Amino acid sequence: MDLLVDPFLQNDFMLRALAAGTLVSISAAVVGTFIVLRGMAFIGDALAHGVLPGIAVAILLHLPGILGAAVGALVMIGGIGLVTQKSRLSSDTAIGLLFVGMLALGVVIVSRSNSFSGDLVRVLFGEVLGISPSAIIIQVFVTAAVVIAAVICNRPFLLLCFNPEQAQVSGFSVRLYHGIMLAMIAITVIVSFQTVGTLLVFGMLLAPAGAGALVASRITSMMILAAMFGAISVYAGLLASYHFNTAAGSTIVLAATTLFFAVLLVQTVRLGHLAQRSWTH
Amino acid sequence: MIYSYQDKTLSPGSVESAQIHLRASHLAVGYDNIPIVQGITLQLDRGQSLALVGMNGSGKSTFLKTIVGLLPPLQGELELLGARNSSAARRVAYLGQFQSSGFVLPLRTIDVVRMGRFAAHGLLGRLKAADHELIADSMRRMDVHHLAHAPVRSLSGGQRQRVYLAQVLARRANLLVLDEPTASLDAAGRAIFARVIEEEVTRGASVVIATHDIREAGRCDHVMLLAQRVVGLGSPKDVLTPQALLETFGVMLATQD
Repeated sequence: MDLLVDPFLQNDFMLRALAAGTLVSISAAVVGTFIVLRGMAFIGDALAHGVLPGIAVAILLHLPGILGAAVGALVMIGGIGLVTQKSRLSSDTAIGLLFVGMLALGVVIVSRSNSFSGDLVRVLFGEVLGISPSAIIIQVFVTAAVVIAAVICNRPFLLLCFNPEQAQVSGFSVRLYHGIMLAMIAITVIVSFQTVGTLLVFGMLLAPAGAGALVASRITSMMILAAMFGAISVYAGLLASYHFNTAAGSTIVLAATTLFFAVLLVQTVRLGHLAQRSWTH
Repeated sequence: MIYSYQDKTLSPGSVESAQIHLRASHLAVGYDNIPIVQGITLQLDRGQSLALVGMNGSGKSTFLKTIVGLLPPLQGELELLGARNSSAARRVAYLGQFQSSGFVLPLRTIDVVRMGRFAAHGLLGRLKAADHELIADSMRRMDVHHLAHAPVRSLSGGQRQRVYLAQVLARRANLLVLDEPTASLDAAGRAIFARVIEEEVTRGASVVIATHDIREAGRCDHVMLLAQRVVGLGSPKDVLTPQALLETFGVMLATQD
């Protein structure tokens, strides 16, 4: 029992990591649900990685990384819109181009600096064990904002998932609400990179929501399940990283993806069992 | 004999605007400024139905999308429910052709039908008892009320289409615009659909349907034959002639009832 609880009770940094990780799980569950239901995984991925040059420049200029991440996300979203509009290429081509370009720019900036490799690892994989109380407070506000926005925009978001045309003909601007949704994804990515890092925030967006989609029969229950799966992953990942001395952020995401495949396995066995029963009757 | 609605019913200024549910005048529709059909001139009054008949790519869906405001008109004028701007949009219901994607949202039947009330109440307006009654009634009319709490992903293609049609009914719209609504329905489903459309028309709604089903078109007040141009427009009796259908489809079709 002590092995399961003591690491958190005896170490403030573990408790802070648990709090920050759980908060990330909640906002990632909300926006991750929309990403999974609307097939926006690629743009989520691009946002998660495209913020890298922004963060790199911010660190070079001794500015807060979160500010750079915000600028990076804005450039990314604006760029995708511009390329899609001007080139008439499909948006996944635009997303891919911006994504790889921004990532390359980030690495180029980082490679110019000698003392930067430690920072790079920190940005990519997060420093969940070094979270400051002020970062947790920011996290609280962002999580609350994401949840409130999802509640207020519940109807247009539901219609967007169902069919964007139906949203438009019901009087909800697809442009506006798609934009709000993108902003929610961006803000979740931006504040989460300190916890699990830009490389792994994507895992927290997809894995718990994906697992939720496998079992939920309603969108609200999918979000709640995703938040629970996320929180369990954070707890299990932190505990494992404490006992086995592994990288905390990566262990959390590994726990989340493992949980996804476990749910998939249980579902497959259960559905297979049901199908077999209906055949034999 | 092909006639224009305008000759028959429209004398400018004499008809009350609310009586005219849809009016197009020299309308051109298409994508990206490339017109697919030009010179559409027609009028649909309260309680009337119009069938658009034509092959794939003939411009049916493009015209429907233009009516509901998903595409801008390229030329000419379009009036909905007496308004030239989009203020009438919330009183128009639309059902497009659904792509049968492998993944179906985690929603129950009642959740889908309930979405039909969102247009009337906007972002935060509360659904009232009358709305819930309308939702239940729409499910009953499409015979999916016993599936109200079933996950949509557990339904067959035809059942899903009936759920989507129940959503359209729940809109309680003045103008219903339906793109091949019966394509995935079986005989029983088509019979339910025919009855429901009859009821909608009787309560004063007007209906525009794109269809490949000549019999379905024959039940409407007006038929428009499309083949990237208006081949014919008028009553089914006048328009659904072997010659006009040959022009529309390029093959001979039987036309008796």
